[in-house]
Amino acid sequence: MNDMNNVTIDRDSKGQALAVHLDKVTKAYGDLKALDALDLDVKSGQWVSIVGPSGSGKTTCMNLIGCMDRPTSGVVEISGLNLATMNENELTRVRREQIGLVFQKFHLIGHLSALENVMLAQYYHSIPDESEALEALGRVGLASRATHRPSQLSGGEQQRVAIARALINQPPLILADEPTGNLDAANAAAVLDLFSQLHAQGTTLIVVTHDPVVAAQGEREVVLDHGALVRDLSLR
Amino acid sequence: MNRSTHRASNKMRFRLLRASLVRRRSRVLVELLAVAIGASTMFCLATLALDVPSQLEQELRGLGANLLVSPESELDSALLQETQALIPADALVAQAAFRYETIRINSQPYLAVGTDISSATTIKGFWDMDGEWPSRLGEALVGRDVADWIGLRVGQRIILEGADLDHQLPVTVSGIFAAGGNEDALVVLNEADLASLTGRSDVFDVAEYSIALGGDQLSALADHINANVPGVVASPVQRMASSEAQVLAMLRSLLVLVSVIVLTLTVIGISTTMMAVVTERRVEIALRMALGASNKAIQREFILEAVVLGVLGGTLGVVLGFALANLVSQQVFTQSARFNGWFGLVCVVAAMVLAWGASRHPVSRAAAIDPALVLREE
Repeated sequence: MNDMNNVTIDRDSKGQALAVHLDKVTKAYGDLKALDALDLDVKSGQWVSIVGPSGSGKTTCMNLIGCMDRPTSGVVEISGLNLATMNENELTRVRREQIGLVFQKFHLIGHLSALENVMLAQYYHSIPDESEALEALGRVGLASRATHRPSQLSGGEQQRVAIARALINQPPLILADEPTGNLDAANAAAVLDLFSQLHAQGTTLIVVTHDPVVAAQGEREVVLDHGALVRDLSLR
Repeated sequence: MNRSTHRASNKMRFRLLRASLVRRRSRVLVELLAVAIGASTMFCLATLALDVPSQLEQELRGLGANLLVSPESELDSALLQETQALIPADALVAQAAFRYETIRINSQPYLAVGTDISSATTIKGFWDMDGEWPSRLGEALVGRDVADWIGLRVGQRIILEGADLDHQLPVTVSGIFAAGGNEDALVVLNEADLASLTGRSDVFDVAEYSIALGGDQLSALADHINANVPGVVASPVQRMASSEAQVLAMLRSLLVLVSVIVLTLTVIGISTTMMAVVTERRVEIALRMALGASNKAIQREFILEAVVLGVLGGTLGVVLGFALANLVSQQVFTQSARFNGWFGLVCVVAAMVLAWGASRHPVSRAAAIDPALVLREE
C-alpha cells in the first residue's frame, strides 16, 4: 500500500515539484491506442490547457490523471504517488484527497441544494462543515443561493457550484473537462476568472478544452493528436 | 475518526438520506408504493389466513352438532354436567339434550322430541323455519312432513296425547321447520311439556354438541369423555367432522398457495422498482465515486435508503393490509378482523429485508461502474 503521507515529490530538471508526471503512458482499447507513449510533466501551481481534436486522447489523459482509469503501460504519478501500484481503494483515496473535478455538464445532484452538493465532497473527504461550504459558495459568489437546488440555478451558477465543490477540500490539483462548454460568454468569463484566482493561490489547473479563448488563459498549452503530444507551448 | 467527526458524518448521512426521501417525492412514492402494496397484500392474506379458518369453523358449527353423547342406560342432568365439564369452554359453540317419546295426534303415533328450546335454537339454527321457535310452554314446532300429513298451519291449535292416551296437552303450532331429513317427521316440544305428556322428566336420549375443534381433536375429545365419564358413549359425527376438516384444509392450502404467489410477485415488483430507481441514479452514483466515495460507502448509503423505505412501506402496508382484511372479514363474515401485532412486525421486517435484498444486486452492480464512462455518456 502506498503511504500517502510520506511521498517522494517528483521534481523537474530545475528542481521544481511536479503535480503530474506521465512517463511513456499508453492506453490501448484493443488495437486502438488512445494514448501512445505520452510523456507529460505538470509543475505544481501550473495552469495547463490540453487541446486537440476529438479522439486525440484528451479525455483518456484526464481520466488517467483523475484516477478514474489505469494505463495499459507507463507510469502515472500524482503529487509523487505512483498510481500503477495502487488498488481501487487507494486510487479512490488519491482522487478524494488530491484532485478536484469540474465537468462540462456540471454533474450536480438534483435533489441536493447547492450547499449540500458542496458538502457532499467534504463528506467523502473528511468532515462535513456547513460554514466552510458556505464560505466556498461565497468565493464563487453564490452564498445567497446556498439553499437553491440545481434546477433553480442558471448554467453558469451550476458550474460555479461545481467549482466550489471542487475546491472545498483544497486539492492541490483541479481537473476541468470542458468547463465552459455549456456556458454563455459572460458565465464562461466568470468561471475563467475563478480559475485565475485559484491559479493565483497556487492550485495546479489542468483544463481540457476545445475553446481557444479558454486554452489561451493557461500558462501552457499542450496539443494532443492521435494519443501523442504534438505541441507543448509556453504562453507566458 | 474522533467523536465530533463521527457525529458530523452521521449528521450529513442523515441529511443526505432525508433530502433523498423528501425531495425525490414522486420516485420515493413509487418505491414506497411498491413495498407497501406487497406488504399490505402479505399482511391482509396473513390476517385472513389466521382469521378465516376460525371464523369459517364458527360458521360451520352453525350447521349442527359434530359430537353426540348417548347413554348406556339413562342420561340425566348430572351426567350431562360431568360430560360438559370435559369440553373446552372456548370451543363449545352450542349444546342441547334431547329426549324422544312417542305421542299421538288424532290418535295417530308421532315421534316427539323434548328439549330446552333456547339451547336447541342454536344447535338447530340451520333449520329452515316457517314461523317461530316456541317461546313459552304450550307451543310446539312441527316438522314439514308432520305438517303435510296432518295439514297443519302456523298458529293452529292441536291436542297432543301421551302414547297411552292418558294425558292430553293442547298446544299452538308456533312454527313449521324443514331440516331436509328424518327430523322433518318430528314434533318439537319444550322439555316440560313433553314431561307433562309422559310423566317422566330429567331423562334424555342424546346430547348434541357443536364444538369448534378439527377432526383429530374432536376424536381425542370423544375418547377423553368415554374414558372419564362412565355410562355415556361419545362419538363424533364423522361425516360432518371430516367434511369440515377437508374444507378448512383446502382453504388453508388455497391461502398458502395465494400467499406464495403474492410473495413471489411482491419480490419481483420490489426488485424491478429498485433496479429501475438505482439505474436511474447511475450518474449520481458515478459522481459520488468521482468525488471519492468508495464502493462500500455507495452501497451502504443506497442500501440504508432502501431499508428505510422498506420500514416505511412495510408499516404503511400493514395499516392498509389490516384495513383490507377488516373490510373482507366484515363483508363476508360480518365480524371485524383481529389485528395480530406479531404478524404486523413480521410483515414490516419482511418488507425491510425484501427492500434490502432487492436493492443489493442493482446497487452493487451500479457501484461497480466506471464513473468516467458514465459521466462522459451523460
